[in-house]
Amino acid sequence: MKKVAIIDYGLCNLDSIERAVEYCGGNPVITDQAKEIRQATHIILPGVGAFHYAMENLQSRGLVGLLSEQVLEEQIPFLGICLGMQLLASTGYEGGETTGLGWIAGEVRKLTPTAAKERIPHVGWNEVNYLQECPLFKNIPSGKDFYFVHSYHLECVKENEVIASTAYCGGFTSVVGVDLIFGVQFHPEKSQRLGFQVLKNFLAL
Amino acid sequence: MIKVRVIPTLLFKDFGLVKGVAFDSWRRVGSAMQAIKVYNLREVDELVFLDISATAAGRCPDFETVDDLADECFMPMTVGGGVRTLEDVRRLLQVGADKVAINTAAAEDPDLIRQIAEKFGSQCVVVSIDVKHHGNGAYEVYTHCGTRATGLDPVAFAKQMEEAGAGEILLTSIDRDGTMTGYDVQLTRQVSEAISITVIASGGAGNYDHMADVLRHGKASDVAAASIFHFTQQTPLEAKHYLAQCGFRMRFS
Repeated sequence: MKKVAIIDYGLCNLDSIERAVEYCGGNPVITDQAKEIRQATHIILPGVGAFHYAMENLQSRGLVGLLSEQVLEEQIPFLGICLGMQLLASTGYEGGETTGLGWIAGEVRKLTPTAAKERIPHVGWNEVNYLQECPLFKNIPSGKDFYFVHSYHLECVKENEVIASTAYCGGFTSVVGVDLIFGVQFHPEKSQRLGFQVLKNFLAL
Repeated sequence: MIKVRVIPTLLFKDFGLVKGVAFDSWRRVGSAMQAIKVYNLREVDELVFLDISATAAGRCPDFETVDDLADECFMPMTVGGGVRTLEDVRRLLQVGADKVAINTAAAEDPDLIRQIAEKFGSQCVVVSIDVKHHGNGAYEVYTHCGTRATGLDPVAFAKQMEEAGAGEILLTSIDRDGTMTGYDVQLTRQVSEAISITVIASGGAGNYDHMADVLRHGKASDVAAASIFHFTQQTPLEAKHYLAQCGFRMRFS
């Protein structure tokens, strides 16, 4: 069975991700312990909260180096969810300029409405439109709705790292990926059937 | 394009779900767990779960109950009732709430909203504003489950909450609550036009047309409803089909 380390860095709703991973056939463990993270076949970095505070927590728990080792060197499949996706960026600006994990070249900035109807935070169901094929979205048609709740977004530098985009605030990157590193701005654990399909696809990597 | 959410509201009191009229005359309407399981199957957009006796009883949220419910809830869930401190918020998020709704404490201590937004992000802060319409045409914000007047004007208060960092406003008309005579469109429009965060209209839905009305004329982003789903044959899915026919963008999985 796939052993999934859900990284606990002290600021989010981990229960629902744990339940969703179980539901999708994985064996989740919520942890910040090096030993458990090293044993995992898959790593999920969840996230709710502010970029600055999140990086601080990852640093203080000694998780930045450990995650880099497991993901970049050991090539363990990695999925960042919401803030967990944003933390992949080189730099974030929520709560002051902060260095991110830097695995995806880009910056995390606040969404800017382009129409009066666009309200921030972007909360609710919106379409994920693919720009390139990705194993995470196997058996899911492009343009389906997933659940978003966020005010910031990752602006990628490299086009080939943008997997999908969503039409809001002029269009933002909703999925990124490089090698076995993926980030989704939406919440698969709250996106019901299609969200679970994303998690199942991730576990199949 | 973002979709309009149709959000069932579950009101929790003591051990089960209730629904009243104008925040009074509560009737039992079944178990919370049962409701969540049904809504899971029907792929409802989102749920609001409010423990309406917590503040009155002077107690904190019932974390154990929320934990049990959240474990079964595979849709986004906003949880409110008795939230007064950063620690309450942290624990609710920890046991599985996606967002936290704050009513009384937001009016009493607006700085709490700023602190929560700073620590956990605006996206998890829903300020729930309950409003009464006075005979002279004026609106007033009430707290403590609609029992205590605050002297606050809902538009000014909503603006203040937006500035403090609220992510969404759940705007409930106390007068319309449970009457199934339609949302307070005027109130909703006033608040919605004054702020740039999402306004969820609540209180008064009796049919799908009411929802279309408050979305179109009240400028609400989304609609919440309770009685219509508890006491009539109408369902969130039918509501979405109806609204889609009216030209609103809805989600169908």
